[in-house]
Amino acid sequence: MRATRSLEIGTGLFVILGLAALVFLTTQLPSSGLKLSLGAVPGYDVTAEFDNIGDLKVGAPVRMAGVRIGDVTGIGLDSQSFRADVHLHIYPQFSQIPQDSYASIETEGLLGGQYVGISPGGLDTYLKNGSQILQTQSAIVLENLINKFFANFSSGGSGNSGSGSGNGSNNSSSGGNGKTPNQGQNPPQEPHP
Amino acid sequence: MLQDAPSASADDADAVVEVRDAHYGIDGREIFSGLNIRVRRGLITAVMGPSGTGKTTLLRLITGQLFASSGQVLVFGRDIASLSGSEIYAARKRMGMLFQNGALLTDIDVFDNVAFPVREHTDLPESVIRKLVLTKLEAVGLRGAAGLMPAELSGGMARRVALARAIVMDPEVLLYDEPFVGLDPISLGMILRLIKHMNQALGITSIVVSHDVQELATIADQSYLLSGGTVVASGTPQELARSDSETVHQFMTGSAEGPVKFHYPAPDYAGQLLGADEG
Amino acid sequence: MSNGVRRGLPLEGVRKFGVTGIFLARLLLACGRALARPRLVIAQIYNAGARSLIIIMLSGLFTGMVLGLLGQDVLQRFGAETALGQMAALALLKELGPVLTALLFAGRAGTALTSEIGLMKATDQLTAMEVMAVDPMSYVAAPRFLGGLIAMPLLVAIFDVIGLLGAHLIGVGLLGVDRGTFWSQMQSAVGMRDVTEGIVKSVVFGAVASLIAVNEGYQCEPTAEGVGLATTRTVVAASVLTLLFDYVLTAVFL
Repeated sequence: MRATRSLEIGTGLFVILGLAALVFLTTQLPSSGLKLSLGAVPGYDVTAEFDNIGDLKVGAPVRMAGVRIGDVTGIGLDSQSFRADVHLHIYPQFSQIPQDSYASIETEGLLGGQYVGISPGGLDTYLKNGSQILQTQSAIVLENLINKFFANFSSGGSGNSGSGSGNGSNNSSSGGNGKTPNQGQNPPQEPHP
Repeated sequence: MLQDAPSASADDADAVVEVRDAHYGIDGREIFSGLNIRVRRGLITAVMGPSGTGKTTLLRLITGQLFASSGQVLVFGRDIASLSGSEIYAARKRMGMLFQNGALLTDIDVFDNVAFPVREHTDLPESVIRKLVLTKLEAVGLRGAAGLMPAELSGGMARRVALARAIVMDPEVLLYDEPFVGLDPISLGMILRLIKHMNQALGITSIVVSHDVQELATIADQSYLLSGGTVVASGTPQELARSDSETVHQFMTGSAEGPVKFHYPAPDYAGQLLGADEG
Repeated sequence: MSNGVRRGLPLEGVRKFGVTGIFLARLLLACGRALARPRLVIAQIYNAGARSLIIIMLSGLFTGMVLGLLGQDVLQRFGAETALGQMAALALLKELGPVLTALLFAGRAGTALTSEIGLMKATDQLTAMEVMAVDPMSYVAAPRFLGGLIAMPLLVAIFDVIGLLGAHLIGVGLLGVDRGTFWSQMQSAVGMRDVTEGIVKSVVFGAVASLIAVNEGYQCEPTAEGVGLATTRTVVAASVLTLLFDYVLTAVFL
């Protein structure tokens, strides 16, 4: 039979290609599939704990000032503190992030995915491999925001009179810009749907 | 070559293929209405007739691809309609058939075509197969063409390769379906000599279906002329040539006189021509 | 003869279904014997699959790229650009991959199968095989059916992967969707059920297209015209049935 060898090689290549594609589809795509690791990526890893990570997923970006500086590489639950334990991988060129920076969970756009935003602190010591970011801000859960708004409104709104009179700096700035540095004192949250 | 050594006795039970009062029709059209043919072992039997009389259908009845609606078709002494599927296949292995256009498998080369039946039906090692195939190709004069593809062969060469393939399993019977159609005189001569050679040297019973009267007359031992669904004449070619029947005579000589008319049935000529003028 | 035509199309249609059904039964029986000749099946996998590779890959790439553009345009209106990854993946895996590949397959490989078999019929090769006591069903028809059946899921998988790359190319490379978001959103939205749906569809479409192609070749009129008509019928029938089964399977997997 002529050209059998090249025919068999061609078929073999085709079948291998197809099987590789099948394997990719069944393992890489579904959330329940196996994940293949791509080997060691340069950079360093830090962790941060959050009360609520909202919709954050592994692979989401880490940004500072809007610039992507790393990825979320792992999400777990700390069994002592019952807070979410998030692993971040930072690219090697961003090696001078102050140790007192804080991490918050932000949303891209209105319906988009969530990412970890880092806001710089002021210390001269920097994050390195294995550091933990201590100051964190959890994800905004929309229902809680609405609840809080109504709660403030119905209690007379001492901090929210729209006339903007400077009622003093000892007003808690709730309702200002939604970004209240809140050290773990959020009211108990419902699980994000 | 005149064949008179095995005497043509009607009681000769040495009939490899026998058709007894066979009827066959398709789509309401009757092709055979009482066909009787005896093919005797070791002879070349010619089946002739005008186009469309069902000569190819006859071959299909013999190979068991079609079954007669009534009557018997006996092959190797057994009615083929009564055989099981595997028995029919077993009977076919003892036959070879040469098709009008060769019917070689177009995706494999000449060597593989001839080797095809051997590889399918036996477990012979490749070395033996190689010798067998080359021998058969040599017999038809195409051993040097073993590496060619069927598309590269001329019509005559393709038919010779098909012949080599038909004999590779040493069949007892060979069926030839219109082997002379479309061949130039040289190829025609080659095929004729090969058919004769297969019959004489290898003792293969041959059934040749054709309407090439002249060619067949040179090699046939026994001839049958079919027309209108039955045999209208049988005998040696010489007997047929001397026949009194108008049908036989017109066929054998190709004359314009005889039962088969030139004009297809049509209404009155003058009437049709003139009638068209009157809108 | 006028009686035959008068008998009407509905009866002919029913008869045609019956013929195809019987053919399928004989074909499946012959598949067992065909598998005993791996060489033939491999040659047919090459015929149906490897030779369709270029067209499938190109189509997959362009489809993915269009998904990237379309997704960006539409999702932007809802501020959901980051959902591009999951949109592209789900669309490809569940619908576009199997259906488009099947339609292309019917056009390229299906017509090749039909015309090959039809040509063999017209030149008496099938008859010659029968006379040589070789069953053309197990030598010619079944290997081609199996070849198509095996090749289709592989082709669909390749289409899907290349399509995702195309969507990635446009979405991330051109339109600035974040790479990590693209893939992570996709991974969380796609479940095994979706992947399974795609695979099941590809197998079913492959069986349907291959069966029709082989059947039409086998049943066609043994003339040049007959082969041409049979080829056309293959494409039309396979395409329509693909879409029909697509509806059924989509409903089943809901």
